[in-house]
Amino acid sequence: MESNADEVLALVDKVVDAHHVDAEALVEILREINEESGHLSRGHLLHIADRLGLPVSKVYSVASFYSMISLKPLGRHVIRFCQDAPCHVVGGQEVWDALEHELGIPFGETTLDGEWSLLTTSCIGACAVGPVMMVDDNIYGNLTPDKVHDIIQRYQLETERGQA
Amino acid sequence: MIRSSVLISGDPLSLSRGAADTKLAIEAELSFYGLEDEVQVGYTGRVNRTDVLPVVVVYPEGTVYGPVTPKDGAAIVDEHLYKGRKLEHLIVSAEVAAAEIDTLEPAGDTLYGQKRVVLRRAGTIDPYSIEDYIAYDGYFALGKALSEMTPNDVLQTVKNSGLQGRGGAGFPTGLKWTFVSEQPEPVHYIVCNADESEPGTFKDRLIVEGDPHAVLEAMALAGYAVGASEGWIYIRGEYAMAKDILNHAIGQAEEMNVLGDNILGSDFSFHIHVHAGAGAYVCGEETALLNSLEGERGMPRIRPPYPTVRGFRGKPTVVNNVETLANVPPIILNGADWFRAIGTERSPGTKVYTMLGDVNVTGLVETPMGTTLREIIELYGGGMKGGKTFKAAQTGGSSGTIIPTELLDVPMDFVSMREKGAGLGSGALLICDEDTDIVDLAYVLVRFFKTESCGKCTPCRVGNAQMLEALERLRMGMARRADLERLEEIANYVVESSFCGLGQAAPVPILTGLRYFRDEFEARLRD
Repeated sequence: MESNADEVLALVDKVVDAHHVDAEALVEILREINEESGHLSRGHLLHIADRLGLPVSKVYSVASFYSMISLKPLGRHVIRFCQDAPCHVVGGQEVWDALEHELGIPFGETTLDGEWSLLTTSCIGACAVGPVMMVDDNIYGNLTPDKVHDIIQRYQLETERGQA
Repeated sequence: MIRSSVLISGDPLSLSRGAADTKLAIEAELSFYGLEDEVQVGYTGRVNRTDVLPVVVVYPEGTVYGPVTPKDGAAIVDEHLYKGRKLEHLIVSAEVAAAEIDTLEPAGDTLYGQKRVVLRRAGTIDPYSIEDYIAYDGYFALGKALSEMTPNDVLQTVKNSGLQGRGGAGFPTGLKWTFVSEQPEPVHYIVCNADESEPGTFKDRLIVEGDPHAVLEAMALAGYAVGASEGWIYIRGEYAMAKDILNHAIGQAEEMNVLGDNILGSDFSFHIHVHAGAGAYVCGEETALLNSLEGERGMPRIRPPYPTVRGFRGKPTVVNNVETLANVPPIILNGADWFRAIGTERSPGTKVYTMLGDVNVTGLVETPMGTTLREIIELYGGGMKGGKTFKAAQTGGSSGTIIPTELLDVPMDFVSMREKGAGLGSGALLICDEDTDIVDLAYVLVRFFKTESCGKCTPCRVGNAQMLEALERLRMGMARRADLERLEEIANYVVESSFCGLGQAAPVPILTGLRYFRDEFEARLRD
């Protein structure tokens, strides 16, 4: 059961209405809800289906196809590291290893404290400064293992400051 | 009265380095001196060089500063704009600026032999300003078409220009438009494919971010030519800034009546919508794109019928790449002969490349068709990094061909490259030096296709997984000769039997890698 049914209903209603209840806009609706809530819960899928007059299976089928839409909760910060060839040939493998080492989790996982998710992404079109990763909405380029360490530390420091 | 303009690079990288704060600091300093009415401040989208970002360009002098912090931004206002003294220590060297930023001579189009057609405005105008666009001949082509030309005139001009699709396949654009215009079904659509997801390619992003109205004007021209009154731009979900720029540009264009109902007082109406994807490489394939546009999983449709017959919502649809469209307004304005005088006879015009890897300068280059890879590396790439030797290049993105030194001097155009078994593809040029491990490169490329295969057809879904297994064995030194033979066999099978272009092209780097660098694969075998 959704503990926050009202929130789920309100968010879905807002986005679906902004797209004029148009089932053709399903991909955009899913992505925008995902952007706001971090992932799509079962409740989101049920209500989107209800509003657009689609089977839930159809909504799930489309949601599960696209990489920017997540069907499970992710960490507070999400790292998306580009694993494509242009980033790989300029030192991507070392950065890949450094990310796993730094966070203590393999790609595809979320840390136990829920702070970090480590994902790969397809090319984000910043190849001239590879290797590249996104942390949430920010792009970081010309990465090295040292730089990865510094960037993650910076986020962790901010979290600690926020708690203090 | 405006006496100066200040443009700040607003690409994602510049923004991540604080370009927005720099802009705020400049604006604050301008209002401190009371200069806000004399100096115009805006963003510019395209800059080749990345190590000097964010850059600030001051017109009319065309001085390029970079990298500029907010503090530097304030200093530029104090010294340059208020006191009239340039900040020498912040100036990006003239040579670098001329070759890489293309802001010193907005009117000139020959910088070290570069010929700018598609990129002639990008980086020199504010993409948020329709006035800037109009000041550089913007919407003149549409005005000319609506007042002096019939739809058929427009169609014939594009046909005669010999323009070929810049998305990779090189299909004649005029012919595609003709197919749609000849369909008896009355409703036609124009779709701009801005789902640029070929790894190593970001030209379309920079065209859209630097010169959005060029895409809108071209779509309206296409609509006029083939009898469509509605168009969609399908842009990658990852390109958030480009999407905002497009939506802003559409709003301005409708206000000015260069889009919308009865454009410029004519009978022609054209509306454009922007639709963002949500992350899927296969959506660059035109029929998968159309499915995604209709709210479905982005899986390809069977062809034929081609989108020109049954496309968006089942209606005849023109699907054109961003770069292709950006060529259309200058063709209409200057004529087919003007365009044919650029490039080669069989592939007229220019090509925009993204150059990456082991060269000194990476970034965007636009040159006439027929320029060789050697020329591009030497003239624009500044040669190989660290004085190392060229070993291979992958042309056209992850599905592109791996080519050796022997092909460095082939004139790069669609036809000449095809004759050599190579391709231009998306225009990505991944340059690899002597240290590159071709087997490792092949492994990474196949890993990409295994991830991005949509799973619809078995050859692509299973074939890429099996190729990856063979490459894993090779990479670890565990493979036998039979594994290598099987890799090649499966690769050919996947090319021949896959449902769509993704699967058909996925094994291309393996097959060309084996053609030119077989000894490296064999050296990893244990028998």
